[in-house]
Amino acid sequence: MAELLEIRNLRIEATIWPPGEAARDVPIVDDISFTLARGKVIGLIGESGAGKSTIGLAALGYGRGGVRITGGEVRLDGQDILSLGRGGLRSVRGARVAYVAQSAAAAFNPAHRIGDQVIEAAIRHGILDRAAARRRAAHLFEVLGLPDPERFGARYPHQVSGGQLQRAMTAMALLPGPELVVFDEPTTALDVTTQIDVLAAIKAAIAETGTAAIYVTHDLAVVAQVADDIMVLRQGRMVEHGPAEKIITDPEAAYTRRLVTVRTAEGAEAEDQSDRLLDIDGVTARYGELTVLSDVTMHLPRGQTLAVVGESGSGKSTLARVVTGLLPPAGGRVFYRGRPLPPALRHRTRDDLRAIQMISQMADTAMNPRHTVAQIIGRPLRFYFGLRSRRRRDRVAELLHQIELDPSLAHRYPAELSGGQKQRVAIARALAAEPEIILCDEPTSALDPLVADGILKLLLRLQAETGTSYLFITHDIAIVRAIADSVAVLHRGRVVRFGPKREVLAPPFDDYTDLLLESVPELRTGWLESVLRTRRMGSAGH
Amino acid sequence: MAEPRKGRASGIGGIVTARISGGPVRSLRARYPLLVLLGQRIALSAGLLLAVSLMIFLGVEALPGDFAQTYLGQSATPQAVANIRAELGLDQPAVSRYLDWLGGVLRGDFGQSWASRLSVSDQIAGRLGNTLFLAFCAAIVAVPLAVGLGMLSVLYRDRFADRFINVLSLGAISLPEFFVGYLLILVFGIQLGWVSFPSTVYAGMPFGARLQAVALPVATLVLVVLAHMMRMTRAAILNVMSQAYIETAELKGLSAMRIIAHHAAPNALAPIINVVALNLAYLVVGVVVVEVVFVYPGMGQYMVDAVSVRDMPVVQACGLIFASVYIVLNMVADILGILANPRLRHPR
Repeated sequence: MAELLEIRNLRIEATIWPPGEAARDVPIVDDISFTLARGKVIGLIGESGAGKSTIGLAALGYGRGGVRITGGEVRLDGQDILSLGRGGLRSVRGARVAYVAQSAAAAFNPAHRIGDQVIEAAIRHGILDRAAARRRAAHLFEVLGLPDPERFGARYPHQVSGGQLQRAMTAMALLPGPELVVFDEPTTALDVTTQIDVLAAIKAAIAETGTAAIYVTHDLAVVAQVADDIMVLRQGRMVEHGPAEKIITDPEAAYTRRLVTVRTAEGAEAEDQSDRLLDIDGVTARYGELTVLSDVTMHLPRGQTLAVVGESGSGKSTLARVVTGLLPPAGGRVFYRGRPLPPALRHRTRDDLRAIQMISQMADTAMNPRHTVAQIIGRPLRFYFGLRSRRRRDRVAELLHQIELDPSLAHRYPAELSGGQKQRVAIARALAAEPEIILCDEPTSALDPLVADGILKLLLRLQAETGTSYLFITHDIAIVRAIADSVAVLHRGRVVRFGPKREVLAPPFDDYTDLLLESVPELRTGWLESVLRTRRMGSAGH
Repeated sequence: MAEPRKGRASGIGGIVTARISGGPVRSLRARYPLLVLLGQRIALSAGLLLAVSLMIFLGVEALPGDFAQTYLGQSATPQAVANIRAELGLDQPAVSRYLDWLGGVLRGDFGQSWASRLSVSDQIAGRLGNTLFLAFCAAIVAVPLAVGLGMLSVLYRDRFADRFINVLSLGAISLPEFFVGYLLILVFGIQLGWVSFPSTVYAGMPFGARLQAVALPVATLVLVVLAHMMRMTRAAILNVMSQAYIETAELKGLSAMRIIAHHAAPNALAPIINVVALNLAYLVVGVVVVEVVFVYPGMGQYMVDAVSVRDMPVVQACGLIFASVYIVLNMVADILGILANPRLRHPR
């Protein structure tokens, strides 16, 4: 049987300009070959930099950000699309091969209505006339479970939610009736409870239209739900390729085995949680007229970790802003060692400031790009303890050692570090102040699973060594399970559940916590169907 | 200790009640954010205009020298000077003169020229028309040309056509307008003899002849304002070209020109509109030099003449009209910029 897509010895290069050296080409993707039959789904999986999106885009003959396809063949129905030239490629893109981007919110043009963008490719390629395209759009909106499918297209991108946009993007890709759709991390930017719906919608739409698909993701549990085959990639090369079931249950390569059992960080839950270091008492916070937190009460025991879990918009980052004093609350108070903290940052003493440090999600933007690591870590040393020259240098080296980085990195700039190294430097900067509490605002969510696991282990080790307490903000239940002593579940600015981990994560659940917990993808094929089935039964039962 | 806390609590209560009583305003803002925003912008312009009128009046007031003295010469008797001052109302206090002037302006009456004793409004009417005609002709050529060239240079970015357009427009903006003006006169007016010089127009002149007369000043103005608008258009669109939705459009297999015109340009409208408005304002206000070079009977020349004889009502009128053009054009630009934002046009 003739395959729909045949990629053979694909090589993709980018030009880099290392400082002080001549520009040279480096391979991003090297020697990748696979085939895909009509109606089948292949999952490309790997960490960032594995080249999975780059391979996906190569199926459209496209190189993002100046990368070039320099070798191999991309055959669509037997024809090498790389030899087609610009005009020929245009007639393939959006008509025979379509693309669904990670962030639909950015991929939709804010200036035009959703419907007009969804039908544009089909009309421009002369596949459908306007009326027929609109009918098909409404049909696809319905298949994808969008509200009011007849009128959904009349809205602008900013008027609908992220999950809805992601489904609309899927409709946009499927509308011209392509033979192949490239899904590039389509659910990564979504909340876990939204992800499950979008995943189900995408799967249903693929089944309905009979299109083949390349599904790119870093989440093995997600790809296990949709793919027939899985290819594991690392640094632009293939690690392993085979049927989805086999890769998950019986991986051959050591790297795949590590991906399958990624979480190894584990902290034992503290028994005694009565020694309160930080009390958040009835806090209400507003941005202008918008109430983000209402009557939030929880406490953090000394030397332990309180995980605040919630989806985007639940107010968890706002809580961190209230605790740090960046956003004085509209009501309620924060007590530190039983003493009320001044609500606003500028009224706090230097020692109050020192006691509460913060690590943010984006280590990149939290560091001055023109300061070296030594300057970044040395700043709090000087500010809080007045350390200078030799003593400061020694302390920086000590801290770098503590976060398991080579002291020679002290003279590097943030841009010369990897994502995991940057987050470690951010941790060292927080540690430099010798704080009582570190607020960790999703410190691992921008990192690859294996790197994130290393950071979590580091945090646990530091806690055991220094007795620092963590207020750990996350959306990831798995992290909560791994590191928390007590847990607070936030939903739309309210605490729906708070207590020791063993109580919060055990039944009986409230509705929201139940939904949150069952939405976390599990690494087995058929998980999606079983969850959807239980949900249907549940709703039928009510 | 208890006292101040109680006081603070009641203060918070006061804020709460004030907010509740402010309910209608808030719901108006929530329901018609666009109208409220536009209303605010228009009110701001009106306030700005009033402030400018005061500044112009004070500025003219603060000028050294005295019209009566200049008019009558050095040998004037104090009595004659006093008579003229009384006749022109200069013996009144400044506040009442300002209010008189402002009241007249609101009725469209700019007072009488001290030098010619004619109505300033009548004199300005014809000249303002001439200036606006010149500016309009320049704008109608320059704006589409600049935006079009901007889009073209995005299409051919970093290639020869882009560099060529850039160098040419940079060259044009680097030469002062009087130099460009005289150069054009030398080549097209004298050596080739294609157009007449000076570019004098008069009432009742046939439209074709009028167009021919303004050809050279228009060309000069176009060359002066073109580069700025072109480069801003290019920069604004290029800024948008790195957005993810442009990649989406590319992966839909759309043509390069459709991507630029349909997907990029609408999102770059606000900065483009702003720079166009600034240049239009410059066309009206900044033509003084060009009008003098081409002996064109517009506002610019009128104002230059009035300043040299200290004809204050004329100077004030010209100043206020120029300021209004600036303020109104910028207001229109801001309003269009607001309207170009779909988030404001179509609230959630």
